[in-house]
Amino acid sequence: MTGAQLENILKKHDYQKSSLLAILQDVQALDNYLPRKTLEAMSQRLQVPLTQIYYLATFYRAFSLTPRGDHLVTVCTGTACHVKGAATILNTLERELAVQPGETTSDKKYTLETVNCLGSCALAPLVVLDGHYHGRMVGTKVLSLLKGDKKDASKKS
Amino acid sequence: MSHKKELIKFQIDGLTVEAEKGQMLLPAALEYGFEIPHLCYHEAVSPYGACRLCLVEVTKRGRTMMTTSCNYPVDAGLDVATNTENVQRARQMILELLLARAPHSEKIRAMARDAGVEETRFRVIEDADDCILCGLCERVCREVVGANALTFVNRGDRREVAPPFGDPIACIACGACVYVCPTDCIKMKEEGDERTIVRWKRTLKMQPCQSCGKPFAPVFQLNWIIERAQLPKDFYALCPVCRKTKKG
Repeated sequence: MTGAQLENILKKHDYQKSSLLAILQDVQALDNYLPRKTLEAMSQRLQVPLTQIYYLATFYRAFSLTPRGDHLVTVCTGTACHVKGAATILNTLERELAVQPGETTSDKKYTLETVNCLGSCALAPLVVLDGHYHGRMVGTKVLSLLKGDKKDASKKS
Repeated sequence: MSHKKELIKFQIDGLTVEAEKGQMLLPAALEYGFEIPHLCYHEAVSPYGACRLCLVEVTKRGRTMMTTSCNYPVDAGLDVATNTENVQRARQMILELLLARAPHSEKIRAMARDAGVEETRFRVIEDADDCILCGLCERVCREVVGANALTFVNRGDRREVAPPFGDPIACIACGACVYVCPTDCIKMKEEGDERTIVRWKRTLKMQPCQSCGKPFAPVFQLNWIIERAQLPKDFYALCPVCRKTKKG
């Protein structure tokens, strides 16, 4: 993130300390993570201690302090999804992408994450790919979902 | 307009007491000599209600509830019970949990013994660092010192107190967190002309006194104070001892 981009975001929120969370969301949306340099610059510009910014950035799962991949794969491991076999799906994804939950593939394409419940238990087990919910997942289905996405991605680029 | 203290009356263990309206219950009770165990409360910082040990039973308009007294504002007509069977049972449970989390803390072990807790039924954390996440270090650093070097990081079972990015650049190694920590899990050591806050991995060079030559405080800390208080640059040339003898 460049200084000008940060300045734009700050201006949009009127340099208000109370908008800190919204500012962080905008930074996360733009860069896919919260770069340390940006947070430090933000602390300077808003006169907010870095501790307060870091507190928020580590509290919410929506924020990431390490770069995320182009695609975010989230496996729900809530009670209903767990009972319906979320662990198997997570295992399949871990093997296919060769990452642990919270990590990003070396080609920076995929980030694998888990979530504790999305409130869509009727669709269990649930996998979310870039904000789109895919219910009733099984190991094979999740692989074709990824492959389909790979096709889509190649089409786009 | 002069600020007028509004005193209100209420009961603690059957004794009628007076306190300023809006004051927190724990300090009011302590002032009257009631013994309420507490770990995360300190009069110098805002109450937080983290350790849960200062639980009491408060009856208000006929309804009784158990609540932490350190962050409960007093009100007229309250009926407070500090040591009921319910309160004792709850405290014993909390102490068992604290024992499992901070097994090396002398203070917690003594508190547990006083409350009749001999051992904990919970799995004792091996190589525990004894931090109970009471947040006193973070509050004292932010509210009293103003260095803002520490914060709570992460959430749930991964929660901890640490400097942002694990990098203690804002720490002035004043030792306020060392002093205030109830479980002594933050240690400070001085070797030669260096002072280290072990837990935050902060090591700072100390300034030698111009008169006796003994290092007395971190240079970084002194400059920080000089800048904030707009003191003359050579304000801290002497250590506190030499300063006194020179004046006297």
